[in-house]
Amino acid sequence: MIKHPLCKYTAFVALILIIPFVLKGSYLINVMVFVGINTMLAIALNLLLGYAGQISLGHAAFFGLGAYLSGVLTATHGMNPWLVMVAAAVGVGLLAFVIGFPILRLKGHYLAMATLGFGIIVYIVFNETVDITGGPSGLSGIPNLKLGPVAFDSDLKNYYLVWIVTLLVVLLAVNLADSRIGRSLRAIHDSEVAARVMGVNARLLKVQIFALSAVISSLAGSLYAHTMAFVAPASFGFNFSVELLTMVVIGGLGSIYGSFLGALLLTLLPEFLRFLHDYDIVFYGLLLMVMIMFMPGGLVRGIPALLRRMMTGRKKGETVDA
Amino acid sequence: MLEVRGVRQVFGGVTALDDVSFRVNRGEITGVIGPNGAGKTTLFNIITGIYSRTAGAVFLEARDISGLPAERLASLGMVRTFQNIELFSHMTVLENVMVGLHARSKSGMLACALKMPWTVAEERRIRTEAMAWLEFVGIADLAQVEAGNLPFGKGRLLELARAMACEPRILLMDEPAAGLNSQETLGLARLIRAVREKGVSVVLVEHDMELVMDICDRIIVLNLGRKLAEGTPRQIQENPEVISAYLGEEL
Ligand SMILES: Nc1ncnc2c1ncn2[C@@H]1O[C@H](COP(=O)(O)OP(=O)(O)OP(=O)(O)O)[C@@H](O)[C@H]1O
Ligand SMILES: [Mg+2]
Repeated sequence: MIKHPLCKYTAFVALILIIPFVLKGSYLINVMVFVGINTMLAIALNLLLGYAGQISLGHAAFFGLGAYLSGVLTATHGMNPWLVMVAAAVGVGLLAFVIGFPILRLKGHYLAMATLGFGIIVYIVFNETVDITGGPSGLSGIPNLKLGPVAFDSDLKNYYLVWIVTLLVVLLAVNLADSRIGRSLRAIHDSEVAARVMGVNARLLKVQIFALSAVISSLAGSLYAHTMAFVAPASFGFNFSVELLTMVVIGGLGSIYGSFLGALLLTLLPEFLRFLHDYDIVFYGLLLMVMIMFMPGGLVRGIPALLRRMMTGRKKGETVDA
Repeated sequence: MLEVRGVRQVFGGVTALDDVSFRVNRGEITGVIGPNGAGKTTLFNIITGIYSRTAGAVFLEARDISGLPAERLASLGMVRTFQNIELFSHMTVLENVMVGLHARSKSGMLACALKMPWTVAEERRIRTEAMAWLEFVGIADLAQVEAGNLPFGKGRLLELARAMACEPRILLMDEPAAGLNSQETLGLARLIRAVREKGVSVVLVEHDMELVMDICDRIIVLNLGRKLAEGTPRQIQENPEVISAYLGEEL
């Protein structure tokens, strides 16, 4: 196993750089663009759920807000996409900060219901403000991003664009998780009262991580809008919030690389499950149940444990140190 | 050091504390005893900002801290341990103590995400100091164990190490000997004395009378939410009211 954080990260970057060569010419490179976007989203939710222990059933809303702000302001109003992307992230972050104070006072089921409500409200707004968002039929004509002479107009270019941002998010998230702040978040998760006694301002920190999570989600949304050139409300509904939750749980709560594994699995699977048509949701349900029963720590912890068990099985009788 | 003035706490119809006043002197070990339900834990919860009191005031070194939230008090030099151990059970023993240094470190979210040089240096200091506190309570060999897997007695020691990592001026301990065997209780008594030697004032809620009489400089007795008596261990042992409150129990 690779232990040192920097080695792990370097290995991850190398993997991401190799993928375009392996998938040369395949449509799967396009799928990998969405793996990148979903990785960002899963990390965002994981910081909140896996680290701070606060659930959100409305995270698709922050993703959608980023996507629609970028879409509407660039396609309809012709503003600079990069500026809009940053402004949207700041705006969505502020919104999360403001609603975070009342919402994150709630715990457990109540918090789940409040975030669910928020997600539904935003979804309805996307659908109903037809003049601005185009309503249920969506908003098209969103321009590709451009950087000087380079236009991000192909799958491969979008792959690099999205993954540069994703790798940055991974790095920052890994650093944050392995720091004084990451420790405080996990402390809140285990015992909020003890964390407070140790001087952790639990209420503020929860709101801050909620806002950070929203900022990352909004960035992912902006990238999504520009790579797809089209957005519709259906991508940002309750179903997608649940899918994000599934990615985080299947990948591994409280593990940044686990979020990548979860995003990878849940984004690739539909490509291989097309023959199931509408029954793929049944497969997800089964997958989630099986995972929770047999790998409650998620893929990121389950797979190494499985490998270890297979190794020790083969070398029966030898002692293995943990 | 610490002064509690006329504190009263009512839960619905239950008066858990009724006009309780006392002082804790600097550098002393002050015991708070009383039968089950006397209001000892409630008193701690009010002093440490976890409950907001119905009436009364709490002063820490002449500063009015009544109504301050719990998270403000660590940096003012006051921490506590819990009757029902409150560990960060999914974190390692070392990480638990590292959280104890939260109030004495300051890298923010951005600096941590960017891994700034001073953050790395601070992290190194946090780790070294946390290790030293684990050595102080004698569980340094368990540093990498997940706290949830600790035996009960070691968990109590970890709570003490974590609280001491805040470098408090006053430490409140809620029944630290509960669930310990006699060997462990002796070790705990030694540690509490060592804490006092470091200049930390200690307030100790405890049912183990032998321990209380042995290490406390002064004792406050609560009964049914009221202060029944106050004095040296000797005075308390001879107080007829205290004896009748504990009816028949050996003091
Ligand atoms: N949060 C609360 N809500 C309602 N009643 C409470 C609450 N906390 C404590 N009480 C009541 O206040 C009284 C004092 O409780 P407290 O826990 O302070 O006693 P204690 O002296 O710590 O007892 P023990 O020795 O058993 O720990 C009890 O009657 C208890 O039921
Ligand atoms: Mg109690």
